[in-house]
Amino acid sequence: MRFVENYKADATADLVYRMCPIHLLEPVELMKELKEGQVLEILTDYDGALEDIPAWCEKNGQEFVGIDEDDENEIYKLYVKKLH
Amino acid sequence: MKRVYLDHAAATPVRKEVLEAMLPYFSKIYANPSSVYDLGTNVKRVLEEQREKVAELIGAGKNEIIFTSSGAEANNIAVKGAALANRKKGKHVIVSAIEHHSVLNSARFLERFHGFEVTFLPVDKYGLASVETLERFLTDETVLVSIMHGNNEIGTIQQISELATSCKERGIAFHTDAVATVGSIPVDVKELNVDLLSLSGPALGAPKGTGALYFKKKLRFVPLIHGGIQENGRRGGTENVPGIVGLGKAAELAISELSSKPLYLQGLRERLVSGILEKIPHVVYTGHPEKRLPGHASFCFEAIEGEALLFMLSRDGIYASTGSACASKALKTSPVLVAIGVAPEIAQGSVVFTLSHENNTEEINHVLEKLPVAVEKLRSFSPVWRKKMAA
Repeated sequence: MRFVENYKADATADLVYRMCPIHLLEPVELMKELKEGQVLEILTDYDGALEDIPAWCEKNGQEFVGIDEDDENEIYKLYVKKLH
Repeated sequence: MKRVYLDHAAATPVRKEVLEAMLPYFSKIYANPSSVYDLGTNVKRVLEEQREKVAELIGAGKNEIIFTSSGAEANNIAVKGAALANRKKGKHVIVSAIEHHSVLNSARFLERFHGFEVTFLPVDKYGLASVETLERFLTDETVLVSIMHGNNEIGTIQQISELATSCKERGIAFHTDAVATVGSIPVDVKELNVDLLSLSGPALGAPKGTGALYFKKKLRFVPLIHGGIQENGRRGGTENVPGIVGLGKAAELAISELSSKPLYLQGLRERLVSGILEKIPHVVYTGHPEKRLPGHASFCFEAIEGEALLFMLSRDGIYASTGSACASKALKTSPVLVAIGVAPEIAQGSVVFTLSHENNTEEINHVLEKLPVAVEKLRSFSPVWRKKMAA
């Protein structure tokens, strides 16, 4: 797992408290609106996203940039760069 | 016998146009909106059209609405969900003392099972909450305030925008239960400045089992019903498509009627109120005299039991309530009347009339003819009345 800190994103998908598998649907829609090279930030409290998002990136040819754990708020921030 | 139904806060008939809109969705158009084939995506599109209509009714964005099974569920999601989502910031919530049980008991749930502190905000003799009193109870730990827009038992309408603004300035989420007001008076979430708002389908002439919750964009809440992607992952369970279509149609009708309906209802109410106060002595008109729901008239008839009066009235074909439908069965003094300072012995004589656009002047005249007779008869049996008259 790659970790990042204070990473700047171009758009955010706030999925905190929203239920699985929404973490695999809403980011896909938001990615369509991004340009190549732009980064999507995914906020989630769902542990399963830590495996699912990198796996989705690999399968779909997008770059998984890394994860930032927000321990204070008990959420994860995952970053995905649009490659195509 | 003529039937005069004046208990629309408890239940309403499903409107003809609403029923017609719903019917195809029971057995002809029945696909699951989450299904990926065209039958499903067509239903999903219809569902989203209804969301737009409900959003338009309250001045919200379409992505700020989730459908629920009732106003009570919307209240549960709002109070529990928003408080739990903010539990790291603080564990204090404030609800007014005259809230519906779905708000009061959601707050008590947070207190009992999640270690929250709950303040039940006092109100004045009309049931109005004041900004000054609210601000006295706000602390650094307060994460949610819930104050209802219109009260179902005494009809009082709160100055929600002032109360909400005070909370917003401090970063505290504000919820209002607008079950009694949406469809009855114009309601706009931006004007009210609220973060969360609950509404109910039956209040609009949609079927029981329908409701919706408004949540301001970007506001987080913990779901109540865990499931899948329905309602964008915010409420699990396959959507009640026929009910939602009914709610959408009812919202559409409400939008077209909001310019005329309140005035019509207010006219009928004023006739009822002035007639009762003129013809019957020793009656307390509860709630605020002006800041109240247009079709709502609530009274306490001294020295008689409200239940007995309802029974007498039903024999004359008149149907009303002693308070909220769920509380009145418990034969307990209404917490709302206690909160506004009505003496328990007077609160026993509570009767609430809630009117709709289907009522008319003739029906109100029928009530004004039969009610004084019923009250006089009950008082003639009442030892409390005899004692009062002898004093």
